[in-house]
Amino acid sequence: MNYPKIVKIIEIKNEAKNTKTIKFKYSEKVKPGQFFMIWIPDVDEIPMSVSYIDKRIKAITFRNIGDATNALYNLKKDDKIGIRGPYGNGFKLIGNNILFIGGGTGIATIAPSIELLSKNNAIITVILGAKTKNELFFEQRIKKTSAKLYVCTDDGSKGYHGLATDLTEELIAKKNYDSIITCGPELMMKKLFEKRKKMNFQASLERFMKCGFGICGQCCVGDGLRVCVEGPVFDENILKYVKDFGIFKRDSSGKKIKI
Amino acid sequence: MDEDAGSMKRIFNSGAGAIVTKSIGLIPNKGYSNPTVIELEHGILNAMGLPNPGIDEFSSEIKILKSLRIPLIGSIYGKNKDEFVKLAVKMEKYGADAIELNMSCPHVKRYGLEIGSNPKIVRDITKHVKQESNIPVFVKISPNLMNIIEIAKAAEKAEADAIVAINTVKAMKIDIELNTPVLSNKVGGYSGSAIKPIGVRCVYDIAKNVNIPIIGVGGINTGEDALEYIMAGASAVQIGSGIYYKGIDIFKKVCKEIERWMKKHGYKKISEIIGVAHS
Repeated sequence: MNYPKIVKIIEIKNEAKNTKTIKFKYSEKVKPGQFFMIWIPDVDEIPMSVSYIDKRIKAITFRNIGDATNALYNLKKDDKIGIRGPYGNGFKLIGNNILFIGGGTGIATIAPSIELLSKNNAIITVILGAKTKNELFFEQRIKKTSAKLYVCTDDGSKGYHGLATDLTEELIAKKNYDSIITCGPELMMKKLFEKRKKMNFQASLERFMKCGFGICGQCCVGDGLRVCVEGPVFDENILKYVKDFGIFKRDSSGKKIKI
Repeated sequence: MDEDAGSMKRIFNSGAGAIVTKSIGLIPNKGYSNPTVIELEHGILNAMGLPNPGIDEFSSEIKILKSLRIPLIGSIYGKNKDEFVKLAVKMEKYGADAIELNMSCPHVKRYGLEIGSNPKIVRDITKHVKQESNIPVFVKISPNLMNIIEIAKAAEKAEADAIVAINTVKAMKIDIELNTPVLSNKVGGYSGSAIKPIGVRCVYDIAKNVNIPIIGVGGINTGEDALEYIMAGASAVQIGSGIYYKGIDIFKKVCKEIERWMKKHGYKKISEIIGVAHS
């Protein structure tokens, strides 16, 4: 039922500047790329990707960017939050040679997929992109997998100096991948979509959400595609018809906002 | 699924005969913070707080729907006669085929139910909107009323073209782990199967007392549910929460179920069934 289960925070971990992971006991089965609605009592309820998937323990990883994430950021071990979900479709992990691109906190969304594929002996290449070195996270975590890891920063403070899209272009000029999977700023994903050549492509979209179970219409893109039900992951066959992809999103009132 | 043109187009293509928009006001309104919608055992509880981008911004969505010739009922809310009239005039100008006056939202102060529980105000607003409109005007009324018949009669006297009944039932959910109401607004409106008997009773009572058409709404998930409303006196029905319970193609399913029932029971036209429970 779409009602929040109240859980206690069992562990909090600092990942990078203003970025934390919060772990809690939650036994529902979760697929990589799915999300929870996280209720911070008296503050807000927001959608958030699942960043760790263990049988009994799940986690979210987020940056402190607004009222809700700030409240979440200041919570302590044993504090209570409400969890609904998992929601959405998750990534389709198909193909043997996959390129992952995570930008900013989008890294949190793709990490569980990489770990799962690594166990299945797929060939994985990962690009982690951030504005600057101290905003980068999960580098050690990805290094523990079989993935070939590239790191890039906009300011060149670590790894490749430049945007994840530039690095991607360089990689795909040299080599073909079965598929590209990405989560990050929408303009980055739009650019990757345009540069994807003939490769399969999946991007995880983010929109303002309210119900999370497909009834309120707040998160719709294109012709009534609910990011919370038909998404948040869309492939190239759908994205080519989503006219708002990389163009606009909607605020809580339904007003269009340029991306 | 009534906030943007894309969603409304999808619902229309799923078999709905017409689309009712989200309730629209004069200026943008962000609504309440989350949690705004949760599911309970027997229905859905919401307090959205009438979020909408404002009528002028919303006109671009209406335009798209009109270019596709999708019949559109523009739902509007205001806090007084002047606001309702302004909104109705704009709704018509932007292309709506009919207007629904939201006088029944149960969880926003100074709006909705607070207006819709006073027969004099209902009559006054409806009358003035009617005078300024050339398209049908419906009045959506609340089940949270002791004087529901009086309100329906007030709408009829003001020459409303139809009554829509019911809006959600005022309700609350308290989380016993956190000792607090779940919705950020605390109080919300309950929809889904649990409220169907309430809606059917309201439509039945209204049908007994007024002679204008009634649009039944509240907890309709199947053709059989719709038939109950029709037998109580409804000429048409609306579906909202059923989209969650039965999927987006609920509209096609309900139509098919009604047709199947009619065939089995030897009816040829819906009009033969409307209000039969009264005889």
